[in-house]
Amino acid sequence: MTSISSRRPAERLFVTGLGLCGAAASLTIVAVIGVTTVEATPALSVAGPQAFLTDDGWFPLSGRFGLMPMILGTVLVSLGGLALAGPMGIVSAVFCNHYAPAAVATAYRLLLKALAGIPSVVYGLWGLVTLVPLIAAWAPPGASLLAGILVLALMILPTVAVVADSAIQQLPPALHRGGAALGMRRHTIAFRVVVPAARSGLATALVLALGRALGETMALLMVTGNLVQYPSSLFDPVRTLAANIALEMAYAQDIHRSALFVSGLVLALLVAAALVVAEVLAPDGTRHVD
Amino acid sequence: MPLRRTLVAALTAACLFPPLAGAAETAKLTVTGASTLAPLVSEIAHRFENANPGVRIDVQTGGSSRGVADVRRGIADIGMVSRVLKPDEDDLTVNIVARDGVGMIVNTANPVDPLSRDQVIGIYTGRITNWSQIGGPDRPITVVNKAEGRSTLDIFLEHVQLKPTDVKAHIVIGDNEQGVKVVAGNPWAIGYVSIGTAEYHAQAGTPVRLMALGPVVATTGNVANGTYGAARPLNLVTAKPPEGVAARFIAYSQSPAVHDLIHDQYFVPAPR
Repeated sequence: MTSISSRRPAERLFVTGLGLCGAAASLTIVAVIGVTTVEATPALSVAGPQAFLTDDGWFPLSGRFGLMPMILGTVLVSLGGLALAGPMGIVSAVFCNHYAPAAVATAYRLLLKALAGIPSVVYGLWGLVTLVPLIAAWAPPGASLLAGILVLALMILPTVAVVADSAIQQLPPALHRGGAALGMRRHTIAFRVVVPAARSGLATALVLALGRALGETMALLMVTGNLVQYPSSLFDPVRTLAANIALEMAYAQDIHRSALFVSGLVLALLVAAALVVAEVLAPDGTRHVD
Repeated sequence: MPLRRTLVAALTAACLFPPLAGAAETAKLTVTGASTLAPLVSEIAHRFENANPGVRIDVQTGGSSRGVADVRRGIADIGMVSRVLKPDEDDLTVNIVARDGVGMIVNTANPVDPLSRDQVIGIYTGRITNWSQIGGPDRPITVVNKAEGRSTLDIFLEHVQLKPTDVKAHIVIGDNEQGVKVVAGNPWAIGYVSIGTAEYHAQAGTPVRLMALGPVVATTGNVANGTYGAARPLNLVTAKPPEGVAARFIAYSQSPAVHDLIHDQYFVPAPR
């Protein structure tokens, strides 16, 4: 009796603390969206929301606010990067768990974590001074959708690989043993049993990587050329929404500044849309695993 | 005994708070105007505040026109104006702090030299798309432009008399450093940056070559003495001839003590 009554206030305090932390996290997001919306309002009311979708070209100082080429640019670069890094990351996680000797797997995991920790501006600088001139010698101007996809793939590969690796590690060992007991070959176990079982964890890895890709700024700013246009090939320059903000915010005033907040709002919507799609494609839950 | 204790306390206080012991000056200056000048003036203000405890300087941006309007209405003590003052603004006192000039840069592997103003216009409007059209090798031109709102873009467009929508670029960049890196990495690119940046990199061995935008050679010296055309003054203006803290701050901004800060922004100190 005494132990319960003495535990209860502590318990209550703990629960309150948890609630406060949760509230602080979610309120921060609400506040960020709120401030962005307030700052975006002048441009939205002066130009009208449809102007951002239908205007031809982005010349905010001349009253033209077309964001569509940048929305498309952001989506193409991100999906392109994910298309390269996603399969590579998942395969590398399978390699770590089912093929690599323990020592190699440990070293490989360390390497991936180190890669994940490199600041994006370093990848951007490498892209600018090495990758872009290489592409430029082949198909000028070099700074292009392709350069963005390659740099981005390199950047999000560690994210996919590390998260996918821990998703596979967390599967019950019985799955693997059961497969082996049934006489399955190693690759059958890996790709027919383990990968499907880790589906929701792997989807999380892809969504996290896509989120990082959509919001990536500095590295892409340095390699994509930042031209506001619909690319007609992989070698055409594009501008992403995040790069748009970083490029112009420092000197933007009034409506121009407000229009950049609209870019931010659209970017937030894109990330939200990615989360919804991921939720539909791979519903959360472990029911596949038991 | 009490007297001695008071004396000790007073001396201790004097040592602990030297500004209070000296001629303490508390003043607040409001500076508003051009976003080109704001980063520089903020740095100068920071240094001035450290040297003059008690003085607070509030730097706000809003464009050159706001700087003019604010000092006229008395909202700001000093206005930042990044252009030559208009004839109807002659009621203001002008103090030039620095100048900002723009020059064209190409890779050192590019033999084309010089470029006329018409050729630059042709390149930036998409009429000239290959170096062979202006005496160079048969290579497509990569046109590097600045993002909207950058002051170098304004100077460039003003000098070549183009509208932002006229420019047909291949690459859009943010700051001067990025411009230098793009041109250094692409032998057939052309861009424009602040002359201070280009001069620094050309001397440091980066493979970029500075070319004039106009007839006068592009050097920081010619920007400073005002003979280089594609340049503009960066001014601090006041409604009346400045006095007190405002006068001291302006004099400090024009002194050699802040030349390092001016160079850091790739501007050129103006001779007084």
